[in-house]
Amino acid sequence: MRRETLLNVAVLLGLLVVPLWAWASDAPFIITLATKVVILAIAGIGLNLALGLGGLVSLGHAAFFGVGGYAMGILASHAQSYTPLMEWPLLIEGTKSMPVIWLLAAVTGALAALVIGALSLRTTGVYFIMITLAFGQMFYYFAISWPAYGGEDGLPIYVRNGFPGLDTLDPIQYFALCFGVMCLVLLFVARLAASAFGLALSGARQNAERVQAVGLVPYRLYLVAFTLSGAITGLSGALYADLNRFVSPTMFSWQMSGEIMIFVILGGVGRLFGPVVGATLFIVLEHLLGGISEFWHIYLGALLLIVVLFARGGLIGLLAGREVAHD
Amino acid sequence: MSIILLVEQVLNGLQFGVMLFLMAAGLTLIFGVMGLINLAHGSLYMIGAFAAAATAAATGSFVLALMASLVAAAAAGALVELTVIRRLYDRDHLDQVLATFALILIFSEGTRWIFGSFPLFLEVPDYLSGSVTLPGGIEYPRYRLTIIMIGLAIAAGLFALIAKTRLGIQIRAGESDREMIGALGVNIARLYTLVFALGAALAGFAGALIGAIQSVQVGMGEPVLILAFVVIVIGGIGSIKGALVGAILVGLTDTLGGFLLPHLFATFMDASAAMSVGSALAAMSIYILMAGVLLVRPTGLFGGK
Repeated sequence: MRRETLLNVAVLLGLLVVPLWAWASDAPFIITLATKVVILAIAGIGLNLALGLGGLVSLGHAAFFGVGGYAMGILASHAQSYTPLMEWPLLIEGTKSMPVIWLLAAVTGALAALVIGALSLRTTGVYFIMITLAFGQMFYYFAISWPAYGGEDGLPIYVRNGFPGLDTLDPIQYFALCFGVMCLVLLFVARLAASAFGLALSGARQNAERVQAVGLVPYRLYLVAFTLSGAITGLSGALYADLNRFVSPTMFSWQMSGEIMIFVILGGVGRLFGPVVGATLFIVLEHLLGGISEFWHIYLGALLLIVVLFARGGLIGLLAGREVAHD
Repeated sequence: MSIILLVEQVLNGLQFGVMLFLMAAGLTLIFGVMGLINLAHGSLYMIGAFAAAATAAATGSFVLALMASLVAAAAAGALVELTVIRRLYDRDHLDQVLATFALILIFSEGTRWIFGSFPLFLEVPDYLSGSVTLPGGIEYPRYRLTIIMIGLAIAAGLFALIAKTRLGIQIRAGESDREMIGALGVNIARLYTLVFALGAALAGFAGALIGAIQSVQVGMGEPVLILAFVVIVIGGIGSIKGALVGAILVGLTDTLGGFLLPHLFATFMDASAAMSVGSALAAMSIYILMAGVLLVRPTGLFGGK
C-alpha cells in the first residue's frame, strides 16, 4: 500500500474514532467540532475538484457554499412558517426533509457555478482569480441587501431538518450522516478523477493546447468541473447551515472563500484527502490557538505563509512524499 | 428627483471613482511590472488610514496625517516586498494568492492587536469642512470636492511619471520584457521594490482620504480591494488608462445605481417593494457591468492581446 493511501485510511479512521470516543465519554462539543470538520472538508473537496484537478484558482467558492446554505434556509423557513415558496405558476411548498434540501442545494450550487464559470472561464490566470472573487462578493452584497430572508441579520432555523429514520438533533447521528455524505462525495470524486473525463481534465490543466490538439475543448472540460465543484460545495453549505441552524451573509464572505482554499492548501492540492486533512488541521488549530490568543489569525497567517513559501504540497506532501499518483 | 440631487450623486460617484483609481493603479502597476497578484493591497490601504488617524490624534494636523499615511504605507509595502513578496515573483498565481492572503490575516490581526477592535475617527479639518456652492446653485461638501481634485491631480501626475520620467520608462520596459531591462543594466530588484512601495503609498493615501469620510477600522480595505479588482477586470490588466476609466465607470455605476434603480422601480411598483428590489439590484450593478464587459472584451476595455 502506498504511504498516501495508508495516511488516508488513518485520517478516515481518526475522524470516525474521535467522535465515537467523545460520544462514549459524553462530550457533545467534540462531536460538533468533528461534524464541522467533515462539512468543511466537503466544501474543500468541491474546491479541490476545480483547483487540484482542473487547476482553476477560484477565490469565489463561498458563493456556492452560501447558495447551498440559503437553499436550505429558504426551504426550511417556508416550511417553518407554513407559507408556500411560490403559488404561481405552480405551488411549491417549503420542506424540512434533508434529502430534498440536499438535492436542491447541490442543483442551485451547480447552477450558480455554471453561470459564474461560463463568464469567468472566458479568461484565465489572474483575471479568473479576480473575477471569481468579485462574483462571490456580488452574492454577499445581494444577500445583505435582500430583506426577504433576513438580510444582514441572517435567518435562524429553529429545528434541524429531518432525515428519514434518524434523529438529526442527536449530535452523533448528525455526525454520522455528514460523515456518510463525505465518504460518498470522496468516492464520487475518486471515480471521477480516474474516469476518462478526469484524465482529460487533468490533461487540460497540464497542457491545454495538447488536449485541444486531441480534439477536446478545454473550456467545456473546465466548465463541467467547475459546475460539479459548485454542486459539491453547495451541498456542504446546506449541511453547514443545518449544523448551525442559522444562515447569514457571512457564508458568502471572501474570508469564507479564502478559508475553503486554505483547507485545500494546508492538506495538499490535488490530493484526494487533502481537504479532509486541511479542514481537520484548520479546526484543530482554530480550537487550540483560539484558546491561547484571540488574535489566533496571526499564527494562522504565519503558518500559511510558511507552508506556501517552504512546504509546498501541504501536510500530505510532507508526510507522504512528493509524488502525486496522477501526475 | 431633482437635477441638483442627480448632479450631487454624479459628483459622489466621481469621488468614489478617483479613490478606486488610487487603489487600482497600484494593483495594476504591480501586476503589469512584476506579474504579481497582491491581495494584501487592501491591508496597505488600512495601514495608511490607521497611520493617518493615529498621527492626527497625536499632532492634530491633517496634512501631517496624510503624509504619515504615505510614509507608513510605502514603508510597509517596501518591507513586505523585501521579506515576502520577492520570493513570490517566480511562483504561480495560486502561491501568490495564498501568501498575500496570509499577509492580510497577519496585518488585520496585528492592527487589531495594536489599535483594538473599535473604529478610530479621522476628523476633516476646519478649512476643508462645510460646503461650497457650485455653478447652478449646487451645494457640495468641500472635502469631497477636494478629494476629487486630489485624485485627478494624482492621476495626471501618474500619467506624467509613466510617460516622461526615467522611472516611467523603466516601468514600461519592465512590463514588456523583464529579462531584457535587467540585461541592460537596470537594477531590477530595486525597481520592483520601488514600484511596490509606490503602489502601496497610493493605496495608503486613498485609505487616509476615505478614512475621514468613513470610520477607520480593521477590514476596511478588503471590500475596496475587491472593487479595485472589478475596476482592473473592466479596464484591462496593466493599463493605467484602463484603471482610470474603469474606476470612474465603477464609481458612477455604484453610486447612481443605488440612487436611480429604486426610483426607476418605483415608477411601476409600490414604494417598499421598489426599494428592496432596487437596492438589491443596485448592490449587483457593478458586477453586472463587469459581466457585460467580460462578454464583449474578456481582456478588459484597454487590455492587450
